[in-house]
Amino acid sequence: MKINRRTFIGTAAAASATLSAPAVLGAAHGRPKVVVVGGGAGGATVAHYLGKDSGGAIDVTLIEPTRRYYTCFFSNLYLGGFREFESLGHSYGTLASDFGVNVVHDWVTGVDREARTVSLASGGSMAYDKLVLSPGIDFIEGAVEGWSTASQNKMPHAYKAGSQSQLLKAQIEAMPEGGTYAMVAPPNPFRCPPGPYERISMVAHRLKQINPTAKILILDPKEKFSKMALFQEAWGDHYDGMIEWVGPDFGGGNVSVNPDTMEVSVDGEIEKVDVCNVIPAMKAGHICEQAGLTEGNWAPVEPTAMTSRLDPNVHVLGDSSQQGDMPKSGFSANSQAKVVANNIRGQLTGSQIFPARYSNTCWSLVGTNDGIKVGASYEAGEDKITKIDGFISQTGESDEVRKQTYEESEGWYDGISADMFG
Amino acid sequence: MTGKKRQTGKSIRSVFLASAVLMFGAPALGAGDIERGEALYGKCIGCHQVGEGAVNRIGPQLNGIFDRPAGTVEGYRYSNGMKRASADGLVWTREKLDAFIEDPRILVSRTRMSFRGMKDEQDRTDLLAYLQQYSDNPSDIPEATPRVVGADHDLDPAVLAIVGDPAYGEYLSGECAGCHQDSGANDGIPAITNWPVEDFVIALHAYKSGIREHPVMEMMAKRLTDDEIAALAAYYKDLE
Ligand SMILES: Cc1cc2nc3c(=O)[nH]c(=O)nc-3n(C[C@H](O)[C@H](O)[C@H](O)COP(=O)(O)OP(=O)(O)OC[C@H]3O[C@@H](n4cnc5c(N)ncnc54)[C@H](O)[C@@H]3O)c2cc1C
Ligand code: HEC
Ligand code: HEC
Repeated sequence: MKINRRTFIGTAAAASATLSAPAVLGAAHGRPKVVVVGGGAGGATVAHYLGKDSGGAIDVTLIEPTRRYYTCFFSNLYLGGFREFESLGHSYGTLASDFGVNVVHDWVTGVDREARTVSLASGGSMAYDKLVLSPGIDFIEGAVEGWSTASQNKMPHAYKAGSQSQLLKAQIEAMPEGGTYAMVAPPNPFRCPPGPYERISMVAHRLKQINPTAKILILDPKEKFSKMALFQEAWGDHYDGMIEWVGPDFGGGNVSVNPDTMEVSVDGEIEKVDVCNVIPAMKAGHICEQAGLTEGNWAPVEPTAMTSRLDPNVHVLGDSSQQGDMPKSGFSANSQAKVVANNIRGQLTGSQIFPARYSNTCWSLVGTNDGIKVGASYEAGEDKITKIDGFISQTGESDEVRKQTYEESEGWYDGISADMFG
Repeated sequence: MTGKKRQTGKSIRSVFLASAVLMFGAPALGAGDIERGEALYGKCIGCHQVGEGAVNRIGPQLNGIFDRPAGTVEGYRYSNGMKRASADGLVWTREKLDAFIEDPRILVSRTRMSFRGMKDEQDRTDLLAYLQQYSDNPSDIPEATPRVVGADHDLDPAVLAIVGDPAYGEYLSGECAGCHQDSGANDGIPAITNWPVEDFVIALHAYKSGIREHPVMEMMAKRLTDDEIAALAAYYKDLE
């Protein structure tokens, strides 16, 4: 494997850095410590790259409550029957065994930024020199009238993957013939802008197989959404007459739900539904707020290395961060993670810090072998991450192009999984 | 079931097939059209050289490929997938070559050869007839067809001459790694490990200039400077 060579390069770089820059942080108290909170697209990648590239010069701890991480990306494909549930699950074994990451399965319950420690749900605390927060999203309580996280077993969000995805799939498959699946779509900004609409496509695909007279209702507070023309084209092509999108002009933004009666009120009009997939408005993972690193709903960061605007020893990345133009996606979080890892390693060991470069691509599957994509490249602008250039699939593309796009997305899934978990 | 038994079954079937084809007056299997095959070889030439003076490029040179054990060209670094297939006894018989070209990954899972496959049987028959000339008798290699050019390009030699910094390339490769795996896996997105520097540089400049079209890669390449492309090439060259 390549690790040997990498480790060698890393160690050599670290050693020479210590010689030439004796003032670096670690020199004072043994190996410098980095604590990474959240083992998702952002956090796992930071831990992987720090472990891989520092060759042991940095003490890397990854704190993540779940032993197996189920990716949100491709969880819609699971709903559509294109993926097995277990194919979405990944564990942290390789990060620990091959990259020297200290993986701790626990919740971080607080951050003392003065003392530079994090406290753990199981008791005890951990010191850091640099803290990385990539805790994903949480939902804003009260965002959808009548819904709270306590009702997520009746009206699942399935916007954090795992048992929620399984529940939603089971509910969809148990719908009565000709029944109704409703989605309450979230307002901007939210994780994975095409995610709700890819989900609609996948739910429609599944229902067309098992319950072709079923109806799909989208209640949306937004005037328009990501890849809208492409999705609408696909819905017409593949699921004609099945899907109704209700935008804000028709009450899509004035929705309340009753999980006990399975009723949805749209502009005061009550509708009984069989499945209600509520995706509420989102904010940064709770821990960001607890750490006092948020302004409004998100954690503001500067664009060159995702450093918190409120604390130079903390980097916040992924969905929780407010950075500028990048969408909240797994691809973005993974891209940001490499910039963060390079920067932290430079600060702690004196290795070279390269200028930030960011990019994103979001694929969506809209039918069998029918993939679409949108993407962009970004740079660190004056005060935010700024878009440079972008592309998007076109309506009316050939079947061959769409199939190739889908195959690329499968390649990407394997690629990002390896890039996160080693 | 022993391997021997299966072999027997197969040869009976192919004898039957061959005579079936003869009955309908089609050309006998194996007798492909060499001229057509030469044109079809255009699909391989970006990666493989064949003929006098052929050397390894992105893929190994293909002289003498017929009936040679897989993964054994001197000096070429094969993927672990190909090494495994070789250790399992894969030999490039006509039949195996045909299957490989039809769909490389079905025959050799996790091969690094990024080729979507040639689905048409007649195309494969013709292509193999062309390739076989370079195998039948190595001393008999047709002189007039030294297909030893790499991909066509009009890149400034000064750009090709830039010596890249692999350490910078390693950092830059972070942007590629979410799609192109360091392991050389090749599923939906081609493998780019272990490429000769020149081919790598030519490929990225082809995207950068838009000669080669692909929305993602054009965007990725457009922002790379000449030095950055050279750095990436220097890094990926040695990645196994
Ligand atoms: C249905 C759906 C489809 C999607 N499809 C795509 C797609 O195709 N492409 C794409 O790029 N993106 C997609 N995404 C978006 C992608 O999943 C997220 O943007 C990405 O996971 C964000 O990474 P992150 O590191 O910020 O958070 P996450 O990946 O959510 O990771 C956060 C981790 O932090 C942990 N955590 C939270 N709080 C604490 C704490 N206090 N202590 C310890 N650990 C904590 C959590 O357990 C979690 O594992 C999709 C999302 C959804 C919902
Ligand atoms: C994009 C580059 C690319 C293209 C196009 C390509 N190949 Fe390959 N080929 C490779 C690589 C790389 C390998 C080595 C595979 C490995 O190690 O897994 C390979 C391996 C092979 C092998 C096995 C060689 C050996 O020594 O075992 C054969 C045979 C082969 N290719 C034939 C072809 C033919 C015929 C075509 C055209 C139809 C073709 N290839 C097109 C890159 C390519
Ligand atoms: C979003 C996914 C993605 C990213 C990121 C990406 N690539 Fe690609 N790359 C692709 C796809 C898809 C192709 C196949 C394109 C085609 O068919 O021409 C490709 C093709 C290539 C090729 C030609 C391969 C061949 O077999 O001919 C090279 C070389 C390459 N990429 C290099 C890079 C480098 C270097 C980077 C990082 C700077 C990068 N790519 C980033 C998806 C990606």
